[in-house]
Amino acid sequence: MKKIEILAICTHEGILQTINRLINNNELWNSTGAIDMQSATELLVNKDFDLILIGSGLAVADEYKLETVLAAHKNIPVVKHYGGGSGLLFGEIYQALTGK
Amino acid sequence: MENFIIHKAATRGVANHGWLNSAHSFSFGSYYNPERMNFGVLRVLNDDTVDGGRGFGDHPHDNMEIISIPLEGDLVHKDSMGNEAIIRKGEIQAMSAGTGIYHSEFNKDGSAPVKFLQIWLYPNKRNVTPRYDQVKIDTAEKNIFHQVLSPNADDAGVWIHQNAWFNMGKFDAGAETTYQLNDKKNGVYAFILSGNVTINSQALAPRDGMGIVADSLTIKAGTDAEILLMEVPMEV
Repeated sequence: MKKIEILAICTHEGILQTINRLINNNELWNSTGAIDMQSATELLVNKDFDLILIGSGLAVADEYKLETVLAAHKNIPVVKHYGGGSGLLFGEIYQALTGK
Repeated sequence: MENFIIHKAATRGVANHGWLNSAHSFSFGSYYNPERMNFGVLRVLNDDTVDGGRGFGDHPHDNMEIISIPLEGDLVHKDSMGNEAIIRKGEIQAMSAGTGIYHSEFNKDGSAPVKFLQIWLYPNKRNVTPRYDQVKIDTAEKNIFHQVLSPNADDAGVWIHQNAWFNMGKFDAGAETTYQLNDKKNGVYAFILSGNVTINSQALAPRDGMGIVADSLTIKAGTDAEILLMEVPMEV
């Protein structure tokens, strides 16, 4: 079964590792981490994603670019992640994937 | 115009990890209910009981205003900003996670459980500089609400990055009071800590929650009661 591919972007390396680990604990999901906007842009060009998760640390302009340009162009749902850990992560992803 | 929603205590999500028993008023962790995601910017209301000597090890947070209110017992807090503190019953702690922090929280007592509320609000600005605050709250005078949180650094209680106000109060049976909103665009989520009360004629029991959008609240205590009111923006 094809996994849901998630691009997680967060400039805090420790939190990014935590987010990747938590997402990858779900056998139906695969998370690829990007530590900055440049890495995220390269990944978006070279790989297909089902969901973009914006964590902490990006500039407002970069968050806007991700939401309005890249995601819209590729028709990928974008969700802003809050909390930094497992508390809200799964709800945010379920909500984005199901539209509820 | 008045809109309201009632979350009865028994309908909350429950997570029992042995050392931690938590009741979630809104979706949290493995409890996911699309009808229970938030009330405005109030995203998390966890009613936690932690066994003696146990707690939450070092873990990260970002972009969230996190408020802890001990109800019984003391919590030991340590974080990556160098803060080490004991949060006691009668105090409130606020943490702006912003760009990211690590912290741990443990029950200070080796045997008796600690009970506390963990409340998360979406911030009004992402990626702020992390900060930590803790103050004593004096709710000794009965039958009135006491402000314990606001958006203003020079106001009573702790302050956070959100247009929110929290008030707590203890009420004698038969007491009646009103609550006027600080911002008419806000809503109020009432959480009954103990006792039976009515809010705008709706009956509530211990650990029930009621989210209400109205110009004012009329609160009547049917028994001795303790109440937490969380006034929050309704737009995330």
